Amino acid sequence: MAKLTFKTDLCKGCGLCVSVCPKKILRLAKEKINLKGYSPVEITDQAACIACAFCATMCPDCIITVEK
Amino acid sequence: MIVFDKPKSLTDTPFHYCPGCTHGIVHRLVAEAIDEFGIEGKTIGVAPVGCAVLAYNYFACDMVEAAHGRAPAVATGLKRALPDRVIFTYQGDGDLASIGMAETVHAATRNENITIIFINNAIYGMTGGQMAPTSLPGQVTQTSPYGRDVKTAGYPVKICEILSQLDGPTYLERVAVNNVKNVRNAKKAIRKAFQNQIEGKGFSLIEVISTCPTNWGMTPEKALAWVDEKMIPYYPLGVYTDRSAERGEEEK
Amino acid sequence: MEEKVLMKGNEAIAEAAIRSGCRHYFGYPITPQTEIAAYMSKVMPKIGGTFLQAESEVAAINMVYGVASTGKRVMTSSSSPGISLKSEGLSYLAGSDLPALVINVQRGGPGLGGIQPSQSDYFQATKGGGHGDYHMIVLAPSSVQEMASLTMKGFELADKYRMTSMILADGTIGQMMEAITFPETKSETVDTPWAVTGTECKRPHNIINSLSLVPEELERFNIQRFERYAEVEKNECMWESYEMEDAEICVVAFGIAARVAKNAIVAARAEGIKAGMIRPITLWPFPKAALYEASKKVKAFVSVELSMGQMIEDIELAIRCSRPVSLCRRVGGVIPNPEEVLNSIREAMKGGN
Repeated sequence: MAKLTFKTDLCKGCGLCVSVCPKKILRLAKEKINLKGYSPVEITDQAACIACAFCATMCPDCIITVEK
Repeated sequence: MIVFDKPKSLTDTPFHYCPGCTHGIVHRLVAEAIDEFGIEGKTIGVAPVGCAVLAYNYFACDMVEAAHGRAPAVATGLKRALPDRVIFTYQGDGDLASIGMAETVHAATRNENITIIFINNAIYGMTGGQMAPTSLPGQVTQTSPYGRDVKTAGYPVKICEILSQLDGPTYLERVAVNNVKNVRNAKKAIRKAFQNQIEGKGFSLIEVISTCPTNWGMTPEKALAWVDEKMIPYYPLGVYTDRSAERGEEEK
Repeated sequence: MEEKVLMKGNEAIAEAAIRSGCRHYFGYPITPQTEIAAYMSKVMPKIGGTFLQAESEVAAINMVYGVASTGKRVMTSSSSPGISLKSEGLSYLAGSDLPALVINVQRGGPGLGGIQPSQSDYFQATKGGGHGDYHMIVLAPSSVQEMASLTMKGFELADKYRMTSMILADGTIGQMMEAITFPETKSETVDTPWAVTGTECKRPHNIINSLSLVPEELERFNIQRFERYAEVEKNECMWESYEMEDAEICVVAFGIAARVAKNAIVAARAEGIKAGMIRPITLWPFPKAALYEASKKVKAFVSVELSMGQMIEDIELAIRCSRPVSLCRRVGGVIPNPEEVLNSIREAMKGGN
């Protein structure tokens, strides 16, 4: 079972992960603001994740842990 | 089972870089290589002056902060003093290709047994977006407000092409980090650059085409696309020099 | 019994450095100090050391910075224009509290100047040269013997205080040949827990760095550094007193100028003028106390310099302008002869300037 974990408070909302997700299950939560003042990434459908780690590969801040 | 996590050769200090800046990706790739070779305890990094000046806070190995452009000279001193340690520098384009050009060329021609990670994002980031030696013709920056005019500012400096004219360097490759495939290639190149040093083969430099969304005035995603559209056509990716097969312990 | 050897001043520096355990030398060719590099290039490969002819003085001093970061003894040598180029690195070495030894075999300036002896880098050596608040320990040899012994002393002090030591020599002493002995080197090792040597994953990472972006933190580092400098001033001042017991005229001179001045003092005494000399051996820390004590006894001071008058300012400060200080100087590579110094002593005795 694939699982993504985010260090949400370190997210800078750059959206690079969102842009590369092949399943289109990541979004920037515009309605939220993290400690840094950014709208952080969140996953919309955990079950659809295939643990390809594209998101983590492109994340410049190492906030994504991928489990399988 | 964890299939992807922050490498342990990075400290817990969060990066100060702007949102979407690819410095963070390259930091991670370097740290992953250090982890995979199990050399954290014997590695010493040299940080530049520029956006990555605080890299010494991010890498968990011993670190030295060098004066602007002097990292290859500092790394030379470190390597001569501690030949069994792994020494890398992490430098931007202003640092390496402008003020530090002499140190870069001469470390390369000596085939100094060090690893250089060279971030080319075609701009001075930390000082607020001035023209870099690698800024593209026509590129608008704070100090080329009408676009880089090659008649007065000259042409961009192509480091891999220049260094590949020398007999000294062991390995020169240009990579990019603007998509997943390129990041994976960049990782392989960086690994090879460390492996060459560990095997005593000599000087490796990996030029990483990178982004600066803030000073390019683009969204992070648009900046990745600009790398494909503008940067890579001017700075073709690939291996420029590879003497790693013909060099070994006896060389050093 | 120590062995006597005949050596050039520059070679004495190189040999003394090797005997001090220095195994890393970086330099760039410049007259009149090339013998140091030549000596190092011959010896270092045979003893497992590093001789590297760098691409520039800038690169050489940064290679020094690299070795110094590991806590190992390291040196570079140059002459005046080259030291200007190294000044960036000298500031960084100070800002990162790294020990190193730098040799300046001075020549005339400014600019390309000439290749003959000079002392016109006194300000550069003692007042900074590079940017920021910092000092180097500045040692001024006036014989080939001192070229050797002060080189050894320079390494010791550099290690002890985590500072750069500079040997401020001149072309004459660099080229001069004299018989010397090398003192036994003390092999006291200084702990360097700050050095970068690889963590072995057994300690937090060390960082060699001169950057602090928080003003209060940078202020604190500067103050701590100057507390260490105060210790150096208290403990490490060196000077030679010559014929000062009954002196009425105090000549102040260092390096080659002091050798000329000694002859002039002998001549002055022969004609009944009680002259003596204080020869600063450390130019920083400057022997202020010795000069201030002398000012209570003598009528006047004469500063003999191969510059337009640089050390004279420190003399005036040290004696709080309580006595007249006159200047006897030649520049451009010209060395004053004893007669010129004698004339200055006579003038000072008459009360003229």
